[in-house]
Amino acid sequence: MGEAFTLLGFGPEGWGHALLTAGLTTLAVSACAFACGLVLGTLCAWAKIAGPAALRRAADIYGVVLRGIPDLLVIYLFYFGGRQIVTAIANQFGHTGPVEISGFVAGSLAIGLISGAAQAEVLRGAFHAIPSGTLEAARVTGMRRWTMFRRIIAPQALRTALPGLGNQWQSVIKESALVSVTGLVETLRAVSVAANSTELPFLFFLAGGAIYLAITTVSGLVFRIAEWRAMRGQPAMRVGG
Amino acid sequence: MDLAFIAAVFPKLLAGLPLTLSLAVLSLSGGAILALLLSGLRASSWLGAQFANFYVYIFRGTPLLIQIFLIYYGLAQFPALRHSLLWPLLREPYVCAVLALMLNDAAYTSEILRGGLRAVSSGAIEAAKVAGMSRPTMLRRIVLPLAFRQALPAYGAEVTSMVKATSLASVVTLMEVTGLARAEVSQSYRAIEVFLCAAVIYLVLVTLITRLVHWLEDRLSTHRSPALDRSPA
Amino acid sequence: MKITRSSFLTLGLGAAAGLVFGTAPRSASAKEWKVIRVATEGAFPPYNMHAPDGRLIGFEPELLQELSARMNIKCEMIAQAWDGMIAGLTDGKYDAIMDAVSITPKRQEVIAFSTPYAAAPSGLAIMKDGAIKSLPGTGTRIQLADEAATKAAVEEMAKPLAGKTIGVQVATIQNDFLTRYLKDVVTIRTYSSGPDTFLDLKSGRVDAVMASAINLNASAKKSNGEMIASGYVFAGGLLGQGSAVGLRKSDPELKELFDKALKSVAEDGTLKRLALKWFEIDITPAL
Repeated sequence: MGEAFTLLGFGPEGWGHALLTAGLTTLAVSACAFACGLVLGTLCAWAKIAGPAALRRAADIYGVVLRGIPDLLVIYLFYFGGRQIVTAIANQFGHTGPVEISGFVAGSLAIGLISGAAQAEVLRGAFHAIPSGTLEAARVTGMRRWTMFRRIIAPQALRTALPGLGNQWQSVIKESALVSVTGLVETLRAVSVAANSTELPFLFFLAGGAIYLAITTVSGLVFRIAEWRAMRGQPAMRVGG
Repeated sequence: MDLAFIAAVFPKLLAGLPLTLSLAVLSLSGGAILALLLSGLRASSWLGAQFANFYVYIFRGTPLLIQIFLIYYGLAQFPALRHSLLWPLLREPYVCAVLALMLNDAAYTSEILRGGLRAVSSGAIEAAKVAGMSRPTMLRRIVLPLAFRQALPAYGAEVTSMVKATSLASVVTLMEVTGLARAEVSQSYRAIEVFLCAAVIYLVLVTLITRLVHWLEDRLSTHRSPALDRSPA
Repeated sequence: MKITRSSFLTLGLGAAAGLVFGTAPRSASAKEWKVIRVATEGAFPPYNMHAPDGRLIGFEPELLQELSARMNIKCEMIAQAWDGMIAGLTDGKYDAIMDAVSITPKRQEVIAFSTPYAAAPSGLAIMKDGAIKSLPGTGTRIQLADEAATKAAVEEMAKPLAGKTIGVQVATIQNDFLTRYLKDVVTIRTYSSGPDTFLDLKSGRVDAVMASAINLNASAKKSNGEMIASGYVFAGGLLGQGSAVGLRKSDPELKELFDKALKSVAEDGTLKRLALKWFEIDITPAL
């Protein structure tokens, strides 16, 4: 037991610092991925609701493909192929030579891409849950589209979407563990290295599990509070999917 | 794109499909049984409900990959376990992978089941009670079928996500589709072509399953009466 | 230039990409190497491994430091998974790899190699109280070029190994060796990382592990005598011509720089000193 404390601690023989840094990397990758997913998801939700036919079709295909491929393969494809795509774009822009794309960037983008497909569905559902009356009222008062989006649609939809987005954030954290296959030292990679080095896999994988559990639990609470605040003063509303 | 290379890779990867499917089928069936047990536990007592909640909390709060590593490498660390009767089973990477996938699936499925059960109307239950059905009969003929229909869309998503999750079994030396793809990449050094081939295999598989679930949803829809079914299309 | 809608889009995307990835344009024509990235696994003791504080330590990180000073290039070492490491090099993720990578004809089709800096034979490790009690030929080195001796040694080893499972890291020369010589006799189980093979040897999931003899000895030493290296060791042929820095074929100048620096560390005894420090034997190849 004492040995476990030494190994997980912050002393010279302890892996505490490495695990702490790795935990923060997991948070950083997840945050970037979630932001990517939110942007993509919003664009896709818009394309599906109000976009031109071609864009709607593109958004549909994106959703079907991303939900049909294992996350691990999406990350591999992004890790190995992402650079070529980005380089091709950069070269069009007048850039010569390759553009670096690190494990961090590849991982965040790949998970963002996966999460974007799911977030699009959450946001679309939230949009449809907006009572059509409020939209009509806004239109009647002569609101411009952007004003309407900002003042009517976004606040209402976001409130309805919060639980779904919270779930997506939890998924993103768990998916971020897969980025370890690219060699990026996030939580899972760090505990694997420690497990191999000390030959104590149980201790370190358990510690890794605890780190993820801590992150998901705390951020779950944050989302719960956000939901509660968003719902304040609102009549109880059933959220339809 | 080198078509000859891709044509050579496809059959190599398809050789892993039976293993992928058997992992998915076994862990889904095991997961479903465990989920039913968890639901029973939840209904049984306060303590049982706490245990079930804790189980779901742990397995949904951590990545599947770490669960697989913990079961495969973690458990093997204990000499007592290695000398126990369970070892001939836990020694096998296949058993460890199925165990991890199954335990994980049970957590998600039990939540889906909970949602489905909550949606069964009290009217249906009352009607069954009035008709004099015993509790097991009611469960078997009224509650579970209704809950199943209600939970079907969510469960369909869980089935496809488990099929995709089997790709993680490759980290414990299993040569299913993804495992074969990874081996092929390290032999041929051509990552994108090989992983794209693997992606296509999963995409087709998942699309087929999604279609099947939609078909099943249609069949089991309450608004479709048997009489309509028999009418010419 | 007429700005069409699509080129405008690419322009925008390119600008966005530039913002996101912090474009560090490396001009393709004039190659003045100032900073390079070198990939290693950080999981192949004592060649390379992670210290508890996350630093990469071992023979190769220290050798790279020496080479870096002599080439006057800043070398940044990064940890990567082994499977996909060569693909990542050709793909341009990093400029060199140092991960006890042996020179083999098959790899030479895809990447270039510097002159070798270490040459170790390959062998097997077993558990003292495992399913295989011992293997014949311990202490004898077989050159694969000697076909008769190889055949005799493999046949002798095949008897105690028959029906057993051997763990090996995927896409390594040892993996090739097992596939070529023992495929019909044993079950080969491949792992994406080396240390995992030893974990499974310890737990009894595999009965033997094949790896570089240096790697085996390091693991055996750590196991307090539970794990032992046993049987013939093999070298040459498909087991390659020693470990070298892996480079892209399109960077001959970089290869030249590495070759020169390697020659310099070999001549002034630095290479030998590092080998003795980390391997406890001199495995520097005759250059």
